[in-house]
Amino acid sequence: MTDRASTPLPTAVQVDHLTVVRGETRAVDDVSFELHAGSLVGLLGPSGCGKTTLMRSLVGTQVLSAGSVTVLGQPAGSRSLRDQVGYVTQVPSVYGDLTVRENLSYFATVLGAPVEAVDRVLGDVDLGGQDRSIVARLSGGERARVSLATALLGSPRVLVLDEPTVGLDPLLRRSLWSLFNRLAQAGTTLLVSSHVMDEAERCERLLLMREGRLLADTTPSGLLSSTGEDDFESAFVALIEGRDPTGPDAPAGCQEGE
Amino acid sequence: MTGGRTRATAARVLLQLRHDPRTVALLIAVPAVLMGLLAWILHGRDHDFDTFGPQLLGIFPLIVMFLITSVATLRERASGTLERLLTMPMSKADFVLGYAIAFGLAAIVQALVVSGLCFGPYGMTVRGSAWLVVVVAVLDALLGTALGLSVSALATTEFQAVQFMPAFILPQLLLCGIIVPRAELPQVLHWVSYLLPMSYAVDATQQLSTYPSVTTQFLVDLAVVGGFLALALALGTLTLRRRTP
Repeated sequence: MTDRASTPLPTAVQVDHLTVVRGETRAVDDVSFELHAGSLVGLLGPSGCGKTTLMRSLVGTQVLSAGSVTVLGQPAGSRSLRDQVGYVTQVPSVYGDLTVRENLSYFATVLGAPVEAVDRVLGDVDLGGQDRSIVARLSGGERARVSLATALLGSPRVLVLDEPTVGLDPLLRRSLWSLFNRLAQAGTTLLVSSHVMDEAERCERLLLMREGRLLADTTPSGLLSSTGEDDFESAFVALIEGRDPTGPDAPAGCQEGE
Repeated sequence: MTGGRTRATAARVLLQLRHDPRTVALLIAVPAVLMGLLAWILHGRDHDFDTFGPQLLGIFPLIVMFLITSVATLRERASGTLERLLTMPMSKADFVLGYAIAFGLAAIVQALVVSGLCFGPYGMTVRGSAWLVVVVAVLDALLGTALGLSVSALATTEFQAVQFMPAFILPQLLLCGIIVPRAELPQVLHWVSYLLPMSYAVDATQQLSTYPSVTTQFLVDLAVVGGFLALALALGTLTLRRRTP
């Protein structure tokens, strides 16, 4: 977790009363928030709470029902944003029948990124030694890293990462979170989702979702102090169960509680 | 659309084929063996192979390419790679044309090998140009790829995609004039056959079997198949969606 100067930073992402209805359910229900440029924000919540739908709305692959999403001053999904916003889906979306390097070279051409970018991102995700392996023969965690490396190729200004560290060992998780911190310090805006609450402490700001609604917009320390718990898992459970989330100690950013 | 991204996509699809030599072997061996079987079945039945051979030489690649393209596109959808590409600076036409070019090149190799066998060891003869038979076979294979690209948007599972072959291709096979000459079909079916691309593909090869020089009818057939090909590619582009519900 990094604490940086509190000078106001430009807004990179603005979500305004966003609602997405999928079938019978309101997958995202009247959600509003802003992300400042260069911030590292965690999006936490149980499986099925709408994290992925919200992230898809940010990258412009989701049909919105109401509200708006603005990224770098443009409506999400605008043509001019396509080399500015990197997106990593939960399931690794790379070609299983190609090698790591062949995958990255292809996506680099599509993004218009220089050839050197391939070696840079291989180093970033620590896959330099496996660049000639067929992706389908890699482990699940390695495949996830190839998918992450693809999103880093074009040096995007906004990175939307859907559970990028799930299934990785603690060492790798640590090294990826320090990569995310480095990227944020260099000015990239990151929204990283997870259903593993322990990852909360690695973010500078937390968005907590449940059943499509934004339950809280807080900081790791704010979450702990407002719930009076010592660890994030208990704090989140307390918040979900509605144990005094809007009490006198609630953080200023806390939007709503049930 | 940019030439670089179309070319990179075609190269990537060919690279995927290169990593899968068994598919490439099947791509060439299946029509080669089928044509050999046909030659054997019709052996000694005077000129029957010369009649049916060229027609089926165009149809087998169409069916094979239709199936391969449907499955390949469905794989792109299921793995999320298509969605990822469409969040990148990639036009839908880059994607569709990339596939068409890659499978078109594969179809050229396939058509050359299979026609080489037919006109060589299998002993097939046509009155017209053998090279034009190869051209029609490649065009038919491309049509199969384009039809596969345009209908694969309708399939959400592999089970559905595979059944599009009997649904979209077999009716054309029944009505294209191989089983009953189109002029002898019941009136309504005769009209329907005019709307199906395979009718023109088969008629083009019939023209080559029958006439020593290029006929106007052959050129019309070729133009209509080309038109269907362009239409199917455009439809394949239109059915790609950047935003999904």
